[in-house]
Amino acid sequence: MTPFHIEVRDLHFTQAGLPLFRGVDLSVRRGELTAIMGPSGVGKSTLLQLIGGALAPTRGEVLVDGQAPSRLGRRALFALRRRMGMLFQSGALLTDLTVFENVAFPLREHTELPEGVLRSKVLDQLAAVGLEQAAGLYPAQLSGGMARRVALARALVLEPELLLFDEPFTGQDPISLGVLQRLIRAQRERGLTCVVVSHDVAETAAIADTIYLLGEGRVVAQGAPESLLASADPWARQFLSGEADGPVPFHYRGAGHA
Amino acid sequence: MLEPLAAIGRRTLTWLARLGRAALLLVALLREASIGWQRPRLVVEQLHAEGVHSLLIIIVAGLFVGMVLGLQGYNTLVHYGATGSLGWVVAQALLRELGPVVAALLFAGRAGSALTAEVGLMKSGEQLAALEMMAVDPIRRLLAPRFLAGLIALPLLTAIFSLCGVLGGWWVGVGLLGVDDGTFWGQMQAQVALGYDLGNSVLKSLVFALLVSWIALFEGYDCTPTPYGVGRATTRSVVHASLAVLGVDFLLTALMFTEV
Repeated sequence: MTPFHIEVRDLHFTQAGLPLFRGVDLSVRRGELTAIMGPSGVGKSTLLQLIGGALAPTRGEVLVDGQAPSRLGRRALFALRRRMGMLFQSGALLTDLTVFENVAFPLREHTELPEGVLRSKVLDQLAAVGLEQAAGLYPAQLSGGMARRVALARALVLEPELLLFDEPFTGQDPISLGVLQRLIRAQRERGLTCVVVSHDVAETAAIADTIYLLGEGRVVAQGAPESLLASADPWARQFLSGEADGPVPFHYRGAGHA
Repeated sequence: MLEPLAAIGRRTLTWLARLGRAALLLVALLREASIGWQRPRLVVEQLHAEGVHSLLIIIVAGLFVGMVLGLQGYNTLVHYGATGSLGWVVAQALLRELGPVVAALLFAGRAGSALTAEVGLMKSGEQLAALEMMAVDPIRRLLAPRFLAGLIALPLLTAIFSLCGVLGGWWVGVGLLGVDDGTFWGQMQAQVALGYDLGNSVLKSLVFALLVSWIALFEGYDCTPTPYGVGRATTRSVVHASLAVLGVDFLLTALMFTEV
């Protein structure tokens, strides 16, 4: 078994005629927490969709567990996806189901567990994210942070090997942010491979093992958080210290300047 | 100079691509229809949402349409001394045309628009994408039960609409205008062919149910996942479904009832 859970090689991807990725190479080690960072619009969420097989690369390849999701048939793709969990930025909970039923949903769809076993599994997962008392609430009654915790419980209930997080920290208050950081780090400690896509520098750097910095369609910097924070690369410096102008211009340039 | 031509070409291509995606969705919906007997509860839940929630508008509209038919039918028939045929006229008009067509139009407005908005909002809330990532096929789990529920609900609603229409026509004709009660029902019984008129009515409503549910689900599933996109899709769902019902009704009528 290769030490890498995800391998992206020479990834090119064009969306609506605009080249989003122009040769991205990155590897995610098994059991590590890898962060993919970069400014908004750089294609971080698209990269997650490519890893999940929702999109296909224009050129190059994305391998998850040695398999290319975009080349798999539907049955094989679903078998692969059952081994991964994904957290969407909004939580993406089913709004007509309670918190309990949302977490129970993957179990009801994929297993034939007796109701009692299912119930205890779901409540265990909710307890792990501190929300067993919220089981009867509907998603509309939850705060953004709570919705993400429920989504995490839902992603964990099928015991995946790989977790993908799309902007988990955006718009969170400091307490909720700390809770999410702790929960994500806890999954890594349990041996799960975690990929966190984020533009929140401090929050992500605090929990990541490796960071890849995306910009201009490729990886512009990579390494452990401390080495990246000390990087002299102008692009990395601008992003990590939040300067308005630099290699990423303040003024938006249209497609003609790409 | 070629720009207008190119624009027409682009629009045609976009339209053809949409038609292709719609056809693929229909194939997928039919393929996944097996969920109906594997997990009937999902269909029953949707039957409640689409069918039971449409009952009131169907009953009220059926009564009024029947009452108008009774009134207009009487006003015409009275010139020929044929008011005794009022029951026949009302029942035939409802079974052959007004029942299936008006019920389908109301269904498109009430249940179809709700389906489009619901699926569209699920798409914009990333719920469909989340289902995909959980290895659950949204077409099978969410769309197919809604499609099947539409196929069951609309023929039943059409029957209820026609029944209420006949009662409305009876109330106006017999109750208000003095048509003989026995003649009203007797003429209806003698002239309306159960297999022919009723059978074609059910067939029409089934075809309309397929059209309305398909269009409503496609518009939601294919919408641009933004508030504006969902709004536009909902409008388009009602407009397209209504036009499709009226257009196909003409074709079906020509096939079913042309006596040449």
